[in-house]
Amino acid sequence: MAAKTLTINGRQISAAEGSTILQAALDAGVSLPTLCHLEGVYDVGACRLCLVEVKGASKLVPACTTTISEGMEIQTATERLVKYRRITLELLFAERNHVCSVCVANGHCELQSLAFSQGMDHVRFEYIFPKWDVDNTHSLFGMDHNRCILCTRCVRVCWHIEGAGTRNVAGRGGQSKIITDLNTSWSESESCTSCGKCIQSCPTGALFFKGATVGEMVRDRSKLEFIVNAREKKLWVYQD
Amino acid sequence: MSFLDLDEFLLELAPQVCMVFSPIMDVKKYPANVDLCLVEGAICNEDHLEMAKTIRCHTKFVVAFGDCAITGNVSAIRNQLGLGGRENVLQRAYVEAAQLNQCVPSMRGIVPPLLERVLPLHEVIPVDFFLTGCPPHPNKIRSFLCQWLAGDNPRLEGLDLKMG
Ligand code: SF4
Ligand code: FES
Repeated sequence: MAAKTLTINGRQISAAEGSTILQAALDAGVSLPTLCHLEGVYDVGACRLCLVEVKGASKLVPACTTTISEGMEIQTATERLVKYRRITLELLFAERNHVCSVCVANGHCELQSLAFSQGMDHVRFEYIFPKWDVDNTHSLFGMDHNRCILCTRCVRVCWHIEGAGTRNVAGRGGQSKIITDLNTSWSESESCTSCGKCIQSCPTGALFFKGATVGEMVRDRSKLEFIVNAREKKLWVYQD
Repeated sequence: MSFLDLDEFLLELAPQVCMVFSPIMDVKKYPANVDLCLVEGAICNEDHLEMAKTIRCHTKFVVAFGDCAITGNVSAIRNQLGLGGRENVLQRAYVEAAQLNQCVPSMRGIVPPLLERVLPLHEVIPVDFFLTGCPPHPNKIRSFLCQWLAGDNPRLEGLDLKMG
């Protein structure tokens, strides 16, 4: 595949044609904050944390869904980006009820760790404190909508790794909700195979194994990567 | 409690500061010209609101100390119960959940009037510094205090900003 040359933060790099800005940046050792991106499934650009500046583009673009082109000049850490990332994170916290101190994912949460790594010490927006329920009907798993950031990782692993198509998104805007089947309770879902891939994919404490208490929900993403590598590259190596 | 976990650092701290107001001191009135105040807890009722305003008026540097002061944390969970205001909260606590003596206290001065919703400190007064954590780890408190005592503009970053 042909290579393209471009610059990231003023440094010249080359990357394979067709790569996304995110792939090119990671390969060049430049890290970017991401939340909805998950190795092994396609990207949808839902969280907007990976926004970068591209010279000549009037808007900020998501690195995970934008393909590189020859001569692109990309900036990943300008003052404007830092400001917008912080705002995006604060809005995520204000939108639902994220109470880190009593969350199953405390200490293992991607939202929480992004917040502190991006310098968020408080939320400047008024918290909404919406009312959301918890679906504890499944015998093995639970889903707490209060902690969901609508990244749709669980939907994508369910459809494209497991192929079950149990999880879906219903509603619009802030009222959007992850549902099972046609909005039944999880235990009544006819398509769920109880594989647990959605649990492994969730960046926050929204999906959890029943029985996990505060801070106990540690995930093993390598399980997902293993399946994808086995399927696509015929590589049956499991890295624990 | 986390403050007491500063252990021997408390001995180092003692000669450098003069403590003028605290829940463990028998002082009723918040003094004037306070240099630094660590404010714990969210703003839940009118007493808290008044206290927060008094603190702001008489303090140079106000710190929101811990997740309750910063986000409302567990104490703000009542905001999401959809109880629709203070009456319902009292109803839930003193009548529905009570086994004995089911009635909302009505004598004046017993329960300070609750606010409609629990608020983080910075939503009611300007805050100069946010010390996250539930509770804030003693190392963070120490690092903040040392920087502040040295006359620097205190700064914490990375894991030191972790909530929860
Ligand atoms: S449940 Fe978890 S994985 Fe699914 S959309 Fe919500 S935050 Fe993302
Ligand atoms: S990681 Fe790119 S938009 Fe979420």
